[in-house]
Amino acid sequence: MEHQTKLRVLVAKPGLDGHDRGVKIIARAFRDTGYEVIYTGVHQTPEQIVSAAIQEDVDLIGLSCLSGAHLFLFNEVVRQLIEQDAGDIIVIGGGIIPEEDITRLKGAGIKEIFLPGTSLDEILKWVEENVKPLSQRGGSK
Amino acid sequence: MTVELVNRILEGDVRTAARLMRGIEDGAADAFGEMADLYPHTGKAYIVGITGAPGGGKSTLVDTLITTFRQRDMTLGVVAIDPTSPFTGGAILGDRVRMQKHSTDSGVFIRSVATRGWLGGLARAAVSIIHIMDAMGKDIILVETVGIGQQEVDVTRLADTSIFVLTPGSGDAIQMMKAGILEVADIFVVNKADLEGASRSKMELQAMLGMKSGACEEWEPSVLLTEAVNNIGIEELVDEILKHQAFLVSGEGMEKRRKERARLELTEAIESSLKDYIDSNVDKAFLEKLVDDLVQRRTNPQAAASQIIGKSIKR
Repeated sequence: MEHQTKLRVLVAKPGLDGHDRGVKIIARAFRDTGYEVIYTGVHQTPEQIVSAAIQEDVDLIGLSCLSGAHLFLFNEVVRQLIEQDAGDIIVIGGGIIPEEDITRLKGAGIKEIFLPGTSLDEILKWVEENVKPLSQRGGSK
Repeated sequence: MTVELVNRILEGDVRTAARLMRGIEDGAADAFGEMADLYPHTGKAYIVGITGAPGGGKSTLVDTLITTFRQRDMTLGVVAIDPTSPFTGGAILGDRVRMQKHSTDSGVFIRSVATRGWLGGLARAAVSIIHIMDAMGKDIILVETVGIGQQEVDVTRLADTSIFVLTPGSGDAIQMMKAGILEVADIFVVNKADLEGASRSKMELQAMLGMKSGACEEWEPSVLLTEAVNNIGIEELVDEILKHQAFLVSGEGMEKRRKERARLELTEAIESSLKDYIDSNVDKAFLEKLVDDLVQRRTNPQAAASQIIGKSIKR
């Protein structure tokens, strides 16, 4: 149990909305799956999120945004990750997001978007299938 | 390869350092060799341990300590430890929430660490993570333990200065007289000092500390009142930490603590090498047979252990 590769996940709420119930439920579900979850709280800037993700060496960033500013905030996180040579950290998002924005977000490098009504199982299954620890993905180091 | 990695860490490269920390935590084979190459570059940072019961305000205190040390032009590493679930192996590492405003300050490196089953308030990888931050050139390393009870004093063997944080009304005079953490901390902080009973807690602690006899290196632990959320008493706390540092450096204290820490590292390295060796070399069937013998009381744990060790080590 001590020596074992565990998925490390950072969950954050970028921007000005303070509704953190959803993100806390997700954090708890990740914990119960056996992941190490770094929770950074509400009102985070993309800079803070990216810098924390790199210091914590996470494999996945989960962003939650209910304010409507997702296009700017989510894209900015991905852009800064790439800028800091950490584009291999996978970013997913959730919140109240119009269908037409999903394509734009995915185009910018957000790997998946989960909308209201998505079950926890669906999210966990997606992560299980799509996110491996960075050290096991091969390639860049 | 390793030389390049060591150089990158010495230059303060965050991603490389963060990766190595992860490798150590996960037990990656190459991480330990890299750690060995880094070791000669460690031993310069000043290590401050912060411990105390859950909910006492340790993370908030760390946040304000970071601010104050930064104002005094010192760089910091922070190791924030939270518990791992014994059922799922998962963890919520939430200390960082209180410190996120320092996230983008290049003079501060914050790392959240899960205990992964390690007892004593620390994590197995804590020492290595401290070394990596040390090699990166951080002046001060703050180690925040998991919320502890009375007995978990590991951090005091690792830190140069140990701070015990408690809150008003968290125990009467008898609690304070018990053995454990109260014997080994260098500075006591009564946080949330705006709550009722703060000065009484301070008095009781001082009375208890006054009764302490012998054994100490003449450092008299002080009791400070703080309100971390209001940033009250933090300057004084930093002054006290630096005063303790000066005290250790001026006498034999520093030498003694560093020696104690080296001894601890050696003992742990011996124990874990032995355990790893036995795990990978002792025949599982033989082990199971011994377990059955124990259940049937045909042998005893001490004798069974001797049999395994006798088989593993040629004398």
